[in-house]
Amino acid sequence: MSSALQQVFAHPVSLKDVQTHFCPGCQHGTIHRLVAEAMDHFGVQEKTIGVASVGCSVFLYGYFDIDVVEAPHGRAPAVATGVKRACPDKFVFTYQGDGDLAAIGTSEIIHAANRGEGMTVIFVNNTTYGMTGGQMAPTTLPSQKTSTSPYGRNVANDGYPIRMAELLAQLEGVTYSARVAVNTPKNVVQAGRVIKQAFETQIQGRGFSFVEVLSACPTNWGMDPLKANARIGEEMIPYFPLATFKDTSAA
Amino acid sequence: MQKRLLVKGNEAVAMGAIEAGCRFYFGYPITPQSDIPEYISREFPKVGGTFIQAESEIASINMLLGASACGQRAMTSSSSPGISLKQEGISYMAGSELPGLIVNIARSGPGLGGIDASQSDYFQAVKGGGHGGYHTIVLAPNSVQEMYDLTMLAFDLSDRYRVPAMLLGDSVLGQMKEALIPHPYVAPADLPAKDWAVSGKDGRAQRVVKSLYLGDGELEAHNWKLHRKYQELREREVRCETAGLDDAKLLVTAFGVTARIAKTAIRMAREEGLKVGLLRPITLFPFPDKAFADATAVAKRVLCFELNTGQMVEDVRLSVARDADVFFYGRPPGAGSLPTPEELLAQIRKHYKD
Amino acid sequence: MNHEVFMAGFGGQGILLIGNLLAYAAIREGRNTSYFPAYGVEKRGGAATCTVVVADGEVGSPVIGNPGAAILLNPLSMEKYFGRVRAGGLCIVNSSLIEESGDGRSDLRVLRLPLNELAIEIGDARLLNMIAIGAYAELTGAVSLDALKAALTDALPERNHRFIPLNVQAIDLGAARARAAIGAAA
Repeated sequence: MSSALQQVFAHPVSLKDVQTHFCPGCQHGTIHRLVAEAMDHFGVQEKTIGVASVGCSVFLYGYFDIDVVEAPHGRAPAVATGVKRACPDKFVFTYQGDGDLAAIGTSEIIHAANRGEGMTVIFVNNTTYGMTGGQMAPTTLPSQKTSTSPYGRNVANDGYPIRMAELLAQLEGVTYSARVAVNTPKNVVQAGRVIKQAFETQIQGRGFSFVEVLSACPTNWGMDPLKANARIGEEMIPYFPLATFKDTSAA
Repeated sequence: MQKRLLVKGNEAVAMGAIEAGCRFYFGYPITPQSDIPEYISREFPKVGGTFIQAESEIASINMLLGASACGQRAMTSSSSPGISLKQEGISYMAGSELPGLIVNIARSGPGLGGIDASQSDYFQAVKGGGHGGYHTIVLAPNSVQEMYDLTMLAFDLSDRYRVPAMLLGDSVLGQMKEALIPHPYVAPADLPAKDWAVSGKDGRAQRVVKSLYLGDGELEAHNWKLHRKYQELREREVRCETAGLDDAKLLVTAFGVTARIAKTAIRMAREEGLKVGLLRPITLFPFPDKAFADATAVAKRVLCFELNTGQMVEDVRLSVARDADVFFYGRPPGAGSLPTPEELLAQIRKHYKD
Repeated sequence: MNHEVFMAGFGGQGILLIGNLLAYAAIREGRNTSYFPAYGVEKRGGAATCTVVVADGEVGSPVIGNPGAAILLNPLSMEKYFGRVRAGGLCIVNSSLIEESGDGRSDLRVLRLPLNELAIEIGDARLLNMIAIGAYAELTGAVSLDALKAALTDALPERNHRFIPLNVQAIDLGAARARAAIGAAA
C-alpha cells in the first residue's frame, strides 16, 4: 500500500523558504502563499515579473522567488504598465496596500485599469497604514481610531472609506474585479480560487484583473490576532462586501 | 552631398531617439514640447514602438522606469512644470541604477510661469532635482543637429553608466528649424550587456531592481558606488566646444540657445578687434571644470551668459583659475524679451580689458 | 554673406509659411539657415512673427535684435518692429493695412506694396505673403526666385500642391513690383 502515500501539502516553489518579518497575526503571509500557489498552479514562476509597492509589502522580493521591480509609493500600476508593455509575454502582477493603491496611487490604478493593461493587481486592504505605524488610510472605517484619527474617523472631516473593487468594476478596461477575505478557512479557499481566476484572466490575455483582499493588522489595530481576525467578519465585511463585482473574462 | 532636411528641434529629438533604437515613449502633453509625442505617436506604429500618453507626468516617468527595468531603451519628454513632477521617478531610477532618457524642453517659471525659453532649470537638472543626492547625465544641445546627435549620445551614456540622462533644451531650440543631416545610429561595440534587467527568472537567479537598502552598511555602500560612477563620468565623459581660446582676453561661456546668441556676439566683437573666446559646456553634468581651469590660465576674465538670474555661473566660479574674474549677464525670461547678440555685445565691451 | 529677416503680421496672414519657405529655399541652395517662430498663446488670430537667418557659414544666433530686413504685414508689427531694422536695411511694408509711410527713417530702403489689393488682383487674398517674399528675395538675393518656387513643394502640404502655380505667380508679381520700384527710384 506504499503507493497510496501521496503528498497533499507542500511549500509553494514560488515562495522562498524564509521566515517573514510580518507581525504575529498579520495576514500578508497567508496572501503571499495564495499568490505563490496560484503562480505554481499556472507554472508561471519563471516568467513572472512582480512589482513591489511601498508599505509592509515592499519586501516582495524577499519572499517570492521571482524577478521584482520596486515602484515608488502608489506608482506600481504605472511601473507595471511599462513592464508589461516591454514584456507582453511575461506574467506581471503588482501587490499593493491600501494607502499605496487607494490614496497616493489612485490616479495610477484607475488609469492602468482603464487602459485594460494585461496585469493583475493584488490589493491588500487592512484599513490602515501598517508600515508607518497605523495612521488613517483611505479605507479606514467610519469611527475607527488610528494614530491620525485618534477620536475615530470623522466622515464629515475625512470623507468615507473607498470601495476600490466596486469602483474599478465600473471601468470598461477592467475584465475582472473581486473582493475576498482570509479570515476563515472557507474564505481562504475562496480567496485562492479568486486569485487563480484573476491570474487566469491575464494568462489568457483577457485584460486587467483586480483582487482586493481584506486583511488583519493586529499590531496597528491594537488587538490580539484572534480579535483582529474576528473584526474582519464583524466590521469590515459589512462595509466591504465579499463578491465578484465584474467578470467578463468568459465573454 | 549628404541629405539635409529642414527640421524642428523637437522633431530632431524624436528622430534621434527612433534612430537610436528607442521603442518606448511615455509622456503627457505640455507646451512647448508636444511636437515630440506628436511625432513619435505618428512614427512609432511604423517601427513597432509603444507610445503611451499617460494620465500624468508621474505615471509616465514610472512607466519609463518599468520599461527600462526590462532592459529596453525608453524615454519621456516634458517641459519644466512636468519635469518637476517627474523628479520622484527620476530619483528612484537613479537609486535603482536604471538608464533612460528624460527630455526637458524648458520653459519659464517658477510655477506655471510662461512658455518662453528659459534656462532656469539648470540647478534642478545638474544638482539632482529630486531627493537623495544623485546626479543625472545632462546634455545641452545648441542646434537642431545636436538635438538629434545628443539624443543618441544620451542613450549610449545612460546605458553605459546606468545613470538616467537628461537632454536639456528650451523652447527656442524645440521650436526652431534648421538643417539636419540624419545619419545611421551605430551602437558602441563595448556597451555592456543589460545582465541586470528583469525578464522572468527562467532558470537563473532572481533579479531585483530596487532602490531600498536597509541592511547594515548597504545604503552607504550603494551611495559610494553611485559616487564612483559620477567621478568616472567627470573623468571620461566631459564634452565642450571652444573657440578662440589661444588669444582670448575675455572668455564668454553659455550653454544651449544662449551659446548661439553668444557666437554671433563674439563674431561681432572680433570684428571690432576684441579678443573674445567661447567655452560652451555640452555636458552640464559632468561639468567641464578642467576646461575652465585651463582656459582661464590664459583668459583672466570670464563672462557667463544665461537665460536666468545666475545659475551655471556658480559652477563656473568653482572651476576657473583662482585669479580669474567671473562676470554674469543674464535675464529671467518673459514674453518677447529674449536677449539679443547686440545686447550681449554691449556686455562684452563693458567687461573686456586688453 | 548673412541675411537676417524678421517677419511679422496677424496670425492667418501666412507669416510662418513664408518663413518656412525661405528656410527651405536656403536648404535647397545648400546654405545654412535657421527659422525661429515666436508664437502667441493663442493658436489663431494673434500675432505671428518669425526670424529667418540665411548664411553661407555657420548660423550664429537664431534670435536677432536688429535684423537686416523686415517684412511687416499689419500696423501692430510696424509699430513694434520698424524701428528695430538695422541702418542700411530693407523693410517691406504692407501699405494696404499700414498707413504710416515709414518716411521717418531715411537710413532704410522702404518698399511699400498694397499687398492685399495685389493678391486679390491675381485671384486670392491669401497670396499676399507670397508677393511679399517674392519682393524680399528679389531685393536682397538672400535666395534665388527659382529656389523659392521649388521650395513650395517642401513648405506646402501635399493637399495644397495644386495651388503651386498660383503661388509662383504671386512670387513673380512681388519680384516684378520690387524691380519696378528700384527702376522708379533710380
